Amino acid sequence: MEQCCKVDIPVMMEITKVVQEAKGIKSFFFNEKMESHPGQFIMVWLPGVDEKPMAVSYWSKNEFAFTSQAIGRFTKTLEKIKKCGKLGIRGPYGNSFSIKENACVVGGGVGMASLATLIDTLKKPIIINGSRNKEQLLYLKRFKGKSMIATTDDGTYGRKGYTTDVLEEVLNGKKFNESEFFSKIKIVYTCGPEIMMKKVLEICNKHNVECEASLERYMGCGFGICGKCMINNKIVCIDGPIFNSKQLNKMTEFGNFARLKSGRKVSLKEYHSRI
Amino acid sequence: MLQTSLCSIKLSNPTILASGILGVTKESIDRMGKNGAGAVTLKSLCHEERLGFDNPIMFGCDDIFLNAVGLPGQGIDSAVKDFERLDNLTVPVIASIYGYKIKQFGEVAKKMASLNPAMIEVNVSCPHMDYGKPYYADSELIDGVTRAVKANSGKIPVSIKLSPNVYDIKELAHSAERAGADAITAINTVSGMMIDIDARKPVLSNKIGGVSGPALKPIAVRCVYEIYETVKIPIIGTGGVTYGKDAIEMTMAGATAVGIGTGVYYRGIDVFKKVSDEMIKWMKKNKVKSLEDIRGCAHK
Repeated sequence: MEQCCKVDIPVMMEITKVVQEAKGIKSFFFNEKMESHPGQFIMVWLPGVDEKPMAVSYWSKNEFAFTSQAIGRFTKTLEKIKKCGKLGIRGPYGNSFSIKENACVVGGGVGMASLATLIDTLKKPIIINGSRNKEQLLYLKRFKGKSMIATTDDGTYGRKGYTTDVLEEVLNGKKFNESEFFSKIKIVYTCGPEIMMKKVLEICNKHNVECEASLERYMGCGFGICGKCMINNKIVCIDGPIFNSKQLNKMTEFGNFARLKSGRKVSLKEYHSRI
Repeated sequence: MLQTSLCSIKLSNPTILASGILGVTKESIDRMGKNGAGAVTLKSLCHEERLGFDNPIMFGCDDIFLNAVGLPGQGIDSAVKDFERLDNLTVPVIASIYGYKIKQFGEVAKKMASLNPAMIEVNVSCPHMDYGKPYYADSELIDGVTRAVKANSGKIPVSIKLSPNVYDIKELAHSAERAGADAITAINTVSGMMIDIDARKPVLSNKIGGVSGPALKPIAVRCVYEIYETVKIPIIGTGGVTYGKDAIEMTMAGATAVGIGTGVYYRGIDVFKKVSDEMIKWMKKNKVKSLEDIRGCAHK
């Protein structure tokens, strides 16, 4: 008979290092094993506060980390936690990115955290890393030496404008660094604001290039039971968080609607103002 | 072999998705149907929108599962618009409802009945919910709730979902039957808590939650057994059903259909198909032609 063997209970782990990555964005490191694949996430429990999904943003044999931007009650409390503090961790959860070469990785804001271990895994990806301004750009030092094009909305660093403008140019064959040979892009991986990802998908569709996006929805359990993270008929925490072009093109809710904590479906704009 | 008639509702098999698991959207209902569920129970809805509790709302391991989700829901008015109707899906839908006051149970039932679900299930038994009154533990209140829902549901059959956190479940089942209930769903979860000894705090944000999973099964089987001896209306046996053998055991205790909730956690969304296949395998091996032949046989 099929045997069940499951443990989905948070384990309190000590934070061994905290790195200030950018303004209001920190990475929390743990000297623990975490068997995860690029794109997977963990559930992080702050006792007495809340529990939220976080992408595994650093991964090595005996260490892992997640990267968090202080936005809401949970992440603002988290920001104050120092080295030697403890957090409850369970996971990893969800599916992972396919690992295909000749890739372009498009990250918007803290969405870069979900793409970071993928970038570590890929041989020679082109990285388009965008944020609002210089202060919020992630992993500039970490990915120094890789083919990275940075963009900022206000032009305080790199190119002024959006990641999607650069993607369009990359897929049109424009070379950004003459010393590097950019072979034809076969797949685009993306994570960031959903409006950006929707645009990335549209550009990929136009150029007939495969796309994989990491989606965000309000999550409860992380293991496919509570039903809070539904998008159309998909359960983001177990069917995703990574979805491919074929799946994304079928999702009428992608880029348009999301469900609140109560389960009520609202516009993406209302969702972001209330979650 | 597994075809089941529950209050005249034709089920392709007796496995029913229990309330509270997925069951949020029309699309997810269809997905359960495709994975072999005989019927699907919606997440409980009441007269207002509720956010539910903060996380952690659930966790589990091999034998136990704890949850305190806090009955989140979009509210009946929003659900009526969202679902439009519930009688045109690939599987029969059981709509779970509740209210804070007896009057609200009736009002929610009336609105829900307009969607024409196959059955209305009344959740009076959430173990970590303050309804204002202990509906689950008081036979007079059960009587009042049942009558209020029946008066507003027309011809749609009504099942009352009972709690094991009571002194005598037989009396409560009897009270529901007397008040006109068409079925009993037994049981909801058992009240429980888990404390993380490193955090020195209960893990659930609500501290107290409901225990489900395999550990719940003997309690559920005992309750179904006792209720079967007390009432004539059919029982949806729910609690710890994970494998085909569990569903057979529930049937022997007297259940007409079996609810599967946490089983989805242990075996995936296709748990319904797996449990049905295992039931058929057992029946063939033991030369049982229909579930009728073994229903309640443990009482003889």
